[in-house]
Amino acid sequence: MAATEQTIKQVNKLGNSDYKYGFSTDVDDIKPPKGLNEDIVKYISAQKNEPEWMLDWRLKAFSVFNKMPKPDWAKLDIPDIDFQDYYYYSSPKSLKDKPKSLDEIDPEILKTYEKLGIPIKEQEKLAGVAVDVVFDSVSVATTYKKQLSELGIIFCSISEATKNHPELVKKYLGSVIPIADHSFAALNSAVFTDGSFVYIPEGVRCPVELSTYFRINAMNTGQFERTLIIADKNSYVSYLEGCTAPMRDESQLHAANVELVTLENAEIKYSTVQNWYPGDSEGKGGIYNFVTKRGACRGNNSKISWTQVETGSAITWKYPSCILQGDNSKGEFYSVAITNNRQQADTGTKMIHIGKNTSSKIISKGISAGKANNTYRGLVNIQSKASNSRNFTQCDSLLIGNECGAHTVPYIESSNSDSMVEHEATTSKINEEQLFYCMQRGLNSEDAVGLIVNGFCKEVLQHLPMEFAVEAQKLVAISLEGSVG
Amino acid sequence: MLNIKDLHVSIEGKKILNGLNLSINKGEVHALMGPNGSGKSTLSYFLSGKDGYEMERGSIDYNGKNLLDLEVDERANEGLFLAFQYPMEIPGVQTSFFLKTAINSKRKHHGLPEIDALEFAKLIKSQAQELDISPDMLRRDLNVNYSGGEKKKQEILQMSLLNPAMSILDETDSGLDIDALRIVSEGVNKLRNKDNSFLVITHYQRLLNYIKPDYVHIIADGKIVKSGDFSLALELEEKGYEEISKTA
Repeated sequence: MAATEQTIKQVNKLGNSDYKYGFSTDVDDIKPPKGLNEDIVKYISAQKNEPEWMLDWRLKAFSVFNKMPKPDWAKLDIPDIDFQDYYYYSSPKSLKDKPKSLDEIDPEILKTYEKLGIPIKEQEKLAGVAVDVVFDSVSVATTYKKQLSELGIIFCSISEATKNHPELVKKYLGSVIPIADHSFAALNSAVFTDGSFVYIPEGVRCPVELSTYFRINAMNTGQFERTLIIADKNSYVSYLEGCTAPMRDESQLHAANVELVTLENAEIKYSTVQNWYPGDSEGKGGIYNFVTKRGACRGNNSKISWTQVETGSAITWKYPSCILQGDNSKGEFYSVAITNNRQQADTGTKMIHIGKNTSSKIISKGISAGKANNTYRGLVNIQSKASNSRNFTQCDSLLIGNECGAHTVPYIESSNSDSMVEHEATTSKINEEQLFYCMQRGLNSEDAVGLIVNGFCKEVLQHLPMEFAVEAQKLVAISLEGSVG
Repeated sequence: MLNIKDLHVSIEGKKILNGLNLSINKGEVHALMGPNGSGKSTLSYFLSGKDGYEMERGSIDYNGKNLLDLEVDERANEGLFLAFQYPMEIPGVQTSFFLKTAINSKRKHHGLPEIDALEFAKLIKSQAQELDISPDMLRRDLNVNYSGGEKKKQEILQMSLLNPAMSILDETDSGLDIDALRIVSEGVNKLRNKDNSFLVITHYQRLLNYIKPDYVHIIADGKIVKSGDFSLALELEEKGYEEISKTA
């Protein structure tokens, strides 16, 4: 059976609750006490047998975090987060002695991933996707490792990379997102637990899509993943990231940092489908998703492209950005953000044009339903030396119902007279006539909404790799269930 | 098939249908003619289940069921089809995907599995060819940047794929040139059989030269004022609505 087809079938099978990934897995886990302090930072570092330089880096980040206020400029109603009320490390017991092969992994964990539509064992055999899976705080398994290593590609957990490739980690970690960038970035730097590391050597085009699947299973656990992807000269990689979490009444914290670096002529395509638990219809529970994603196009003619489909989380705070340093470098941001019930999203991008002839493109589709609020916030900054640079931005918002909100906040700063910036924005309500037309052809109201919204998002969804696009279309429809009477 | 009795319908307090009676049996083609504002489109929308209409009195029986108990999509899946006067554009949704979704909705309603991909490809190819619809058009977004004629052909394509029991054609001839009118009419004629019925709504007798109705009704001020056979359409063409309504 094709992986895509299997994914759809499994998504369909996942129970009747509104949130289809709301199951939790019964595995023993190891946790230090709740709370955030220097000892926890040391504990995490020790659990991972990290070298001293990494512990020092974490401790420095922790002291920075303690001094920084929380960012408050987003149009979000963020409850006071008690950082002492979370667990900062959780590892399924059976992973304590790291498995050497997939056969040694706790079958319960494998079953979880199967429920999510990613049978790791199958994935190994199916051409196309190599998967790194992160369960709570620990990377479970990386498939395809051997085949990739023959090409010199490094695809492993960040903990492994710290041990086995310290020169690369030292050189690039924190080079795109400095620890003092803002408090969530500092927090992540102090307590990050796992995440993926990718290095594509010079001249190599990665033959498969690399993929990570994150899952928060344990209760009251924060997940702080850290991903670092480096594409050396003339290389290419496409990377996918998916996220889910079980349904819990308590809110869970997720603060990830993702750094991308492209050198000369290199390209990274980074796709995310984020479906963390959004909370119930009254806004109880759900994931607080504070994510910092940033890519640096360091080399000339390099390119970074972000595609995101954000359907989950109670609060999404996320601005995948590009720093266009190299001449002729390109940045792209394609985004679909859906908020339903009481979800809030404040998302967008920053395109910082530094090199000459740099160009960026932003396509954002925001969909609001229920009592949700959805904000696009974007910055296009063209610096004085970035002559002949271009930006095109298009922000479209779609409203479903009368109680939701859509907001567009574009910041445009140009210090350069021969550059060009274009901005287009539209806001519309879902068209009753279109719904009627679809229903007159036999579609029920939910299928009709799903169809119309997927059409609205097509420009973005078509940038997703095939396997993901199908899952994303399903998610778009599922996350709007119940949004029209 | 369809039995409408003493139907009174208003929109925002304004009375549009005013005691309309109409009975359509299996295998019959009825034409409904009338001037602007006589209630033709209201009737077609109300029968399809569109929001915003209030029924004050009357009953509608559809194949032994109370039509008003059914939702819009249920009516559609039970074989009631409306060919829209102004078909909606759905940006980002490929025409062929929409057609497949519609077919599968109906199949699901009747407890059938989804249509096989190959079977669908064959079916759509042959039906589109008959209506002179190019494969390229099927790849485009539904009704987006279609010409008026292309939109109407698309409606007939959907009709032929869904094979409805009761089709309502709401001014399908408006905006069609003579060639498109002939193609669309041939499409409808091919679908005609002893088990299905049509209600053809039009201003002009022109369409009825191609789609020969069994009965012609004239609607004025929300009710049928005169019924007859095809010769009534010819008479109407000659005398005009005002005079015919007067003699009714």
